[in-house]
Amino acid sequence: MPNYRIHKTEYIDETKRVSFKYDGKTYFGYEGDTLASALLANGIHLVGRSFKYHRPRGIVSCGAEEPNAICQIGSKKDLTEPNVRATELELHEGLEASSQNCWPNVKFDIGGINNFISPLIPAGFYYKTFMWPKSFWKKVYEPLIRLSAGLGKSPTEPDPDIYDHKYVHYDVLVIGGGVSGIIAAKMAAKNNLKTLLVDDKKILGGSTIYQNNESIKIDDKLSSEWLKNEIQEIKKLSNLTIKTRTSIAAYHGYNFLLAKENLTDHLPEEKKKNKIRQRLWKIRAKKVVIATGSIERPLVFNNNDRPGILLSNSINKYLDYYGVTCGENIILFTNNDSAYETSISLHKKGIKNLIVDLRKSASSELIKQAESLGIKIYFNYVVTNTFGYRKINSLEIMKLSEDGNTTVGDKIKLSCDCLGMSGGWTPMVHMHTQSGGKLDFRDEDQVFLPKENSEDQISVGSCNGDFDLENIIDKTVNKINKFLDIDNQDYQDTNIICSKENDKRNIWLLPNKIPLGKTKCFIDFQNDSTAKDIKLALKEGFRSIEHVKRYTTTGMATDQGKLSNMHALGIIADTAGVKMGTLGTTTFRPPFTPLTFGTLVGRNVGKFFEVVRKTSMHEWHVKNNAEFENVGQWKRPWYYPKNGENMHDAVQRESKAARDNAGILDASTLGKIDIQGTDASEFLNRVYTNAWSKLAIGKCRYGLMLNEDGMVYDDGVTTRISENHYLMTTTTGGAANVLSKLEDYLQTEWPELDVYLTSVTDHYSTASICGPNSKKILNKLFPNLDLSDENFPHMSFKEAKLENINCRIMRISFTGELSYEINIESKYGHSLWKMCIEAGKEFNLTPYGTETMHLLRAEKGFIIVGQDTDGTMTPSDLQMDWIVSKKKYDFIGKRSLYRSDTIREDRKQLVGLLTDDPKEILEEGAQIVSDVKSNPMDMLGHVTSSYFSPNLNKSIALAVVKSGKTMKGQKLIIPMENKNINVTVSDTIFLDKENKRLNA
Amino acid sequence: MFLINCPFCGERDQSEFSSGGEAHIVRPKQPTELSDDEWAEYLFMRKNIKGIQFERWNHVHGCRKWFNVVRDTSNDKILSVYKMGEKPPVNYK
Ligand SMILES: [Zn+2]
Repeated sequence: MPNYRIHKTEYIDETKRVSFKYDGKTYFGYEGDTLASALLANGIHLVGRSFKYHRPRGIVSCGAEEPNAICQIGSKKDLTEPNVRATELELHEGLEASSQNCWPNVKFDIGGINNFISPLIPAGFYYKTFMWPKSFWKKVYEPLIRLSAGLGKSPTEPDPDIYDHKYVHYDVLVIGGGVSGIIAAKMAAKNNLKTLLVDDKKILGGSTIYQNNESIKIDDKLSSEWLKNEIQEIKKLSNLTIKTRTSIAAYHGYNFLLAKENLTDHLPEEKKKNKIRQRLWKIRAKKVVIATGSIERPLVFNNNDRPGILLSNSINKYLDYYGVTCGENIILFTNNDSAYETSISLHKKGIKNLIVDLRKSASSELIKQAESLGIKIYFNYVVTNTFGYRKINSLEIMKLSEDGNTTVGDKIKLSCDCLGMSGGWTPMVHMHTQSGGKLDFRDEDQVFLPKENSEDQISVGSCNGDFDLENIIDKTVNKINKFLDIDNQDYQDTNIICSKENDKRNIWLLPNKIPLGKTKCFIDFQNDSTAKDIKLALKEGFRSIEHVKRYTTTGMATDQGKLSNMHALGIIADTAGVKMGTLGTTTFRPPFTPLTFGTLVGRNVGKFFEVVRKTSMHEWHVKNNAEFENVGQWKRPWYYPKNGENMHDAVQRESKAARDNAGILDASTLGKIDIQGTDASEFLNRVYTNAWSKLAIGKCRYGLMLNEDGMVYDDGVTTRISENHYLMTTTTGGAANVLSKLEDYLQTEWPELDVYLTSVTDHYSTASICGPNSKKILNKLFPNLDLSDENFPHMSFKEAKLENINCRIMRISFTGELSYEINIESKYGHSLWKMCIEAGKEFNLTPYGTETMHLLRAEKGFIIVGQDTDGTMTPSDLQMDWIVSKKKYDFIGKRSLYRSDTIREDRKQLVGLLTDDPKEILEEGAQIVSDVKSNPMDMLGHVTSSYFSPNLNKSIALAVVKSGKTMKGQKLIIPMENKNINVTVSDTIFLDKENKRLNA
Repeated sequence: MFLINCPFCGERDQSEFSSGGEAHIVRPKQPTELSDDEWAEYLFMRKNIKGIQFERWNHVHGCRKWFNVVRDTSNDKILSVYKMGEKPPVNYK
């Protein structure tokens, strides 16, 4: 097996050999490796197939910007993870990874055929090709695209890992632990500011930590040695927290940031057990220092995507940090000085290399050094083509014309096994722009730079466009002193020597003799878009960068165009003949690198996903086999199946029992608001549609609450407990909103009213007993209470004691039956319920759930707000004009009840529907028409509630229908998928219109 | 995610609050006297300013108090908070 690990470094522990599997084959690396460095050490460059053309692709970079080395990690159904960048994944024992986007395997790929039909896959390919016929989309195109897109596989079983969230507050957050971040963190922490320093790598130091060129020195030491010392220093600072393996995912307003800390991804399987895998840090920082560095730019030339073509600086890092060389015969293609550092380092380790430089000529310390070492440099040359299928084996270069627009002279063919490219550097301004910062454009080296406009946030180092070390350190120190309003002198006497770059030449799309249409000059490696695609988009009339981006999909892959956005912009600017700075950039959106869902949800999974509210009686319901329904956060018994009953049968039985004998419902979830104060009656007058001043103490009244727009908002019964004390009930789901709304009016519109509101929903438990036997059951429970109709009539309230415990009993009814609601302090709720059940035994008391409650009230035509109403129904639409006071001068929503729109007679209005076939049960939500022949059918309304009534032995439904009030007796049609159902409009009250049962 | 300085509780995370739209819209004292258009003006018409905007916020998961906020919608900076019934700070008018 080839071994490209050519020298020892302090970051690779050669005593700790690690075995791992890649595409099913076992390899070895060392502790300290990433998957990418270990693969390269084994001579593996080819790691995947490109997205569209399925071209062989190799490792390009050594960090978060990696577009090609995207892996599927693990093979277990619950633990596999797609789209992991091999350049960031730390090698560990037992790691199993496989390449994505290739089938059947990376070396022989069926989709590779796309490469040969590529003229047929232009920009906008998906938009243009898969348009027609429409029916093909779902069955043919989409599955095909998904299959060949192959961006990894999702796990198919729940994630067993543990994730965590943590909130922290700091005076200063420093993002990035390179040289400028370390300086900033030290300055802040030494000046008594509580500081957090985060870096996504395993160790601090950025790219300076492996720097070893003699021409770059700080205080007479190699910059890497100097920095190591600084790192030792800051580790001693007590008010500095350092978090490595931690990357900022999002920078929101008010210096609120999300960071992902990787805790176990680098550990072998057995050490991961029972540990938190990732932690999401929610950081509030008074000040944020962005020191995120910069990313090297690729160059855009023909066939610039072959395996073995990497970023020049990445070749340097693999060599000096991991001890791995990316080839044995390397060519570096550059437009700036930084490739010379790579070249010199390779040369010193005995790796043959030469330089192709776009610039006509250049001079600097670094270049002098390279020249004196005898490294061959081709100035004013450009790479025009590369060769080699699974890996680069040679390339062609040509001389550039004077203006750089064309090539001249003869081709020179050079053999190589690796090409490093350096198109200059792009400052990582993502964090700055995510925080709302704007950008400036610097023409000289064509970079976007943070525009400083905030007191809370600053960029330092190369993300601020400062590229040489002297500049970086001097400017960082000055800016931090000013930004934090401190006077730190630590770096006053620091002596920095570094090579200064003097010459620049940038060409976004490099010239070629071959027409562009016949070249493959890749811009976005991950999404496979080329210079040709960008030009085509412009030709087709796209101008905005955001549109070109979407049309060509440039920058839209999981790397979000970290390597491609600038080139796309540059080519657009050059083609359109405008200045690049005037185009603006695409928007950088969080997350900076992909996050797992696990990290985002933290511990809020399974039973912690949502708060569950249970009544005091819950345990009894569970024991008695209740099926539950979620109502808001509440768990409510839905029905209680007996002896294997299905839902329909259970509900039919419960409904019949409630009317024939007695039924009991857990009504504890209804919202309860305690209202007190000398103006309580006036307040109710203003919030309900009906009048409240004359409600006697001890009486109850049903109220309808509107929004200011006149639409029904909530309803419920309110009881006058004493002169200045009421208890309001609301719908279960509406409780919180009603309280909010009432508070709003009290605090902002009517602050003069003496009224206090308290939510008491959880304070009381409620058992509601209804049916002809209910009085007998009550009598058994409360033998001393006079239950006579004269003393305790319908819509009235009594206080009573149940074994010395105070109860409030309301005689109110939502079923149309004689009915009592017993309220007791919640801690006694369970006992109350059990006593009711016990007392009811001899009277056939049957527990019933929400479904039966809905059925019973529908028989009586009582509405449920939110089911029969949808925020567009007025009281009149509901045929409830009787509850709207004509006398009251004002109440919430009154004025809206006679707006031109609310008095229209053809509004949708609540009606009853009876099916011609009494056994036919309508579907709730079904549309209603009068004519099935017209196309499209004129839809008149829809069914809101529908049940089979066991008490009437027929199907009943409530519906809203245009002009429904005037349609009684009229025939309508409910068109269903396979039949039309004939119905007749009826009254909304189906049972006991005379309300005889209330006093039965 | 804003940090909002509740006038009753102090600085809290935005997740404790709910926004109540434009401030200083007074409910008409005599709605019945208004034309449809005048009522619609109160009911539906709201400003949507890029720049300095006066808003109502409710510390719904805290003290439940409503209060007013001056916010620059162009950068989300909250410039001032003040209690219900208090006059808006003049320097932002
Ligand atoms: Zn508060």
